[in-house]
Amino acid sequence: MTTDSTPQVDERLAPVSTLSRLLRRPELGALAGLVAVILFFALAADPVMFSMAGFINFMTPASQLGILALGAALLMVGGEFDLSIGSMVAFAGLIFGTAVTLLNLPLGIAVLLTLAVGLALGWINAQIVLRTALPSFIVTLAWLFILRGLSLVGLKWATDGSTQMRGIDEAVAGDMFLGIFSGEAFQPAFSWMANAGWITSFANGQPTVTGVPVEIVWFACLTLITTWVLLRTPAGNWIFAAGGDAKAAMNSGVPVRRIKISLFMLAASCAALVAIITVLSSGSTDARRGFQKEFEAIIAAVIGGCLLTGGYGSAVGAFLGSIIFGIVMIGLTYTSIDQDWYLVFLGGMLLVAVLFNNIIRKRVTGER
Amino acid sequence: MTQTNQPLLEMRDIQKCFGNVIALSGVSFDIRAGECHCLLGDNGAGKSTFIKTMSGVHPPSAGEILVSGKVAKFTSPRDAMTAGIATVFQDLAMIPLMSVTRNFWMGREPSKGWGIFKHFDLAHANAITMDEMQKMGIRLREPDQAVGTLSGGERQTVAIARAVYFGAKVLILDEPTSALGVRQTANVLATIDRVRKQGIGVVFITHNVRHAMAVGDRFTILNRGQTLGTAVRGDVTAEALQDLMAGGQKLAELEGTLGGTV
Repeated sequence: MTTDSTPQVDERLAPVSTLSRLLRRPELGALAGLVAVILFFALAADPVMFSMAGFINFMTPASQLGILALGAALLMVGGEFDLSIGSMVAFAGLIFGTAVTLLNLPLGIAVLLTLAVGLALGWINAQIVLRTALPSFIVTLAWLFILRGLSLVGLKWATDGSTQMRGIDEAVAGDMFLGIFSGEAFQPAFSWMANAGWITSFANGQPTVTGVPVEIVWFACLTLITTWVLLRTPAGNWIFAAGGDAKAAMNSGVPVRRIKISLFMLAASCAALVAIITVLSSGSTDARRGFQKEFEAIIAAVIGGCLLTGGYGSAVGAFLGSIIFGIVMIGLTYTSIDQDWYLVFLGGMLLVAVLFNNIIRKRVTGER
Repeated sequence: MTQTNQPLLEMRDIQKCFGNVIALSGVSFDIRAGECHCLLGDNGAGKSTFIKTMSGVHPPSAGEILVSGKVAKFTSPRDAMTAGIATVFQDLAMIPLMSVTRNFWMGREPSKGWGIFKHFDLAHANAITMDEMQKMGIRLREPDQAVGTLSGGERQTVAIARAVYFGAKVLILDEPTSALGVRQTANVLATIDRVRKQGIGVVFITHNVRHAMAVGDRFTILNRGQTLGTAVRGDVTAEALQDLMAGGQKLAELEGTLGGTV
C-alpha cells in the first residue's frame, strides 16, 4: 500500500523494511509451507510430479478442496465457522443428481436449483446462529450430521435403496452449459501449443495435457474475486470488522448481520458448486461425497493464515493452503511413502499453522 | 474561544429509571461550541447512564434534549451521530487487528469506480488518515499499521480524529484518561484542547479532578443521579470539586492520612 503523502519521519521509529512488512502478511505461513512441500517432493518424488501433467494431477483435487476453503476462509475472517459444508456437498450432490436424472431438468436449471438449495441452507445456518447467538461451531456441527443423514436417506429414497446415484453422465450429455462445469478448458490453445512444439505431445500429435480442468479455472477465478472483495471493497472491510469485533463494527455502522448472512450463504454456495463439479466429473453421486471436507477446508484456511477467533486471514492464503493439500495428497503416490501418512501430515500441518499464526498475530498487534 | 449563547446541545431535567431504580433524577447540562465542559462524578453517580442518554443509546424517561435549540428525539446512536453528536466510549469501537486506515473509515469507506469495479479507495483513505492523524500530533509509521500496535493514548486520538473528521459538532469522551499513563494523558488532554479550538464542543467525562482542571472551561458535578451545580473555570478550586464529587463530605480527613494524594 502506498500513499501520495510523505509522512514526516519520527526519529524513534526504525525504518520498516520490505521484509518485515512481508512478515506481517497473513499468507506468509502458507507460502513457507508451500515452498517446504515443493522442496520435499522435488527431492523425494518422481520428477514426473512436477511436469505439466503432474501439476494438473495435484491441482485438480486442490481446486475441489480450494473452492470450499475460500468460502470457509471468508466466513472465518467474518468470525464464524461452518462445519456443515462437507455434508452440504453430499446433500447438494443429491439435489443435483435428482434434478438431472429423476426430474430430467436441463443442466442450467439443475445448477440453479442446487445453488438455490445451497444458499437456502447457508441462510438457515446464519439465521439460527444470529438469532440464538449460539456459537456457529455447535449450530453447524448439528447440520453436519443432519445433512449427512438426509443425504443417505434421500439417496436411498431416490434410488430405491442404494446409496449411490448413477446415470448422471447420460442425463446431461450434450447440454450447452456442460463445458462450464465439467471437462477441460482451453483445449484449442493446448492443441495449438502442442503443434507449435511448446508443450510435450504424444507420437500422434495429441498433447499430453489436453486442457485445464474447469475446477482449476473456477478455483483461480474465485481466488481473484474473493481477494479483491476482501482487500479492495468496503464489504471486505466490513468482513474484517465483523470478525474482529462485531459490537465495535456495529457501533461504527457496519451491517454486521447482513455480512454474516452473506458469508454463510457464500460458503454454502461454494459447497454446492463443488458438488456440481465433482458429481459431473465422476458421473455419479454418493452419500460419502464431501466426507470430512469441512475440516480440510478449515485447515486449509488456517494454514492460509485465518485466525480461529476471526478478523484476520486471507483468500490467497486459503488458495496456497489448498495447493499444499493437493501436493501432499497426490505427491505421496509419486513416492514410496505409505499414503496413510497423509493424515499424520494433515494434523501436523494444522498444529504448526496454528502455532505460527499465533506468532504472526502477536507481531501484527504488537503484543509482547 | 468562540462561545455563543446558543448551546449546541442542551439536556433539560433528564430523568432515567430502570425499573424501580432511579439512575438520573433531573439532570440539566449544556454544551456550547468551542468549550470543554467537564462532567465529574464518582463511580455510580450516573455518568454512564447520562452519556448513554446523550448519545442516543437509550431514551430518557423524562426531560428534553435540544440540539441547537430544537427539541430532538434520539432513538438510536445513529440519530445522535446524524445530529453531530459523536461519542468515544471507553472501549473505543476500534479493532486491534485492523489497520489504522481500515478502522478510521470503518462503516464509511470511500469508494471509487463504477459498477462491479467500484472499490474501496485505499490510496485516498490512507492519505487522509495520515493527514488527520498528523493534525492530532500522531505520526504513524504507515497507514496500514494495525491499531493493536498503538498505545492507549494514540488509540484514543484515532477515535477522536475519526469523530472529528466525520463532522462531529459535539464530542463526548467517556473517561478518556482513566487507563492512561502520565505522558499519554497529557497527549489526550492536548488533543482535547486542539479539538476545542476547532469550535467543537467537548464533553469530558472523568472522575479525575486534576485532568478536568487542566482543560475544562466549565465543570458540572453529578452525584447520586443529580447535578450539584455547574462552576466556571476560575471560580472553583480543585479541592472544592473534589469535595462536591464525594457528595459534600469533606475529604480533608482522608486526605490528611493519605498525604494529599487523592
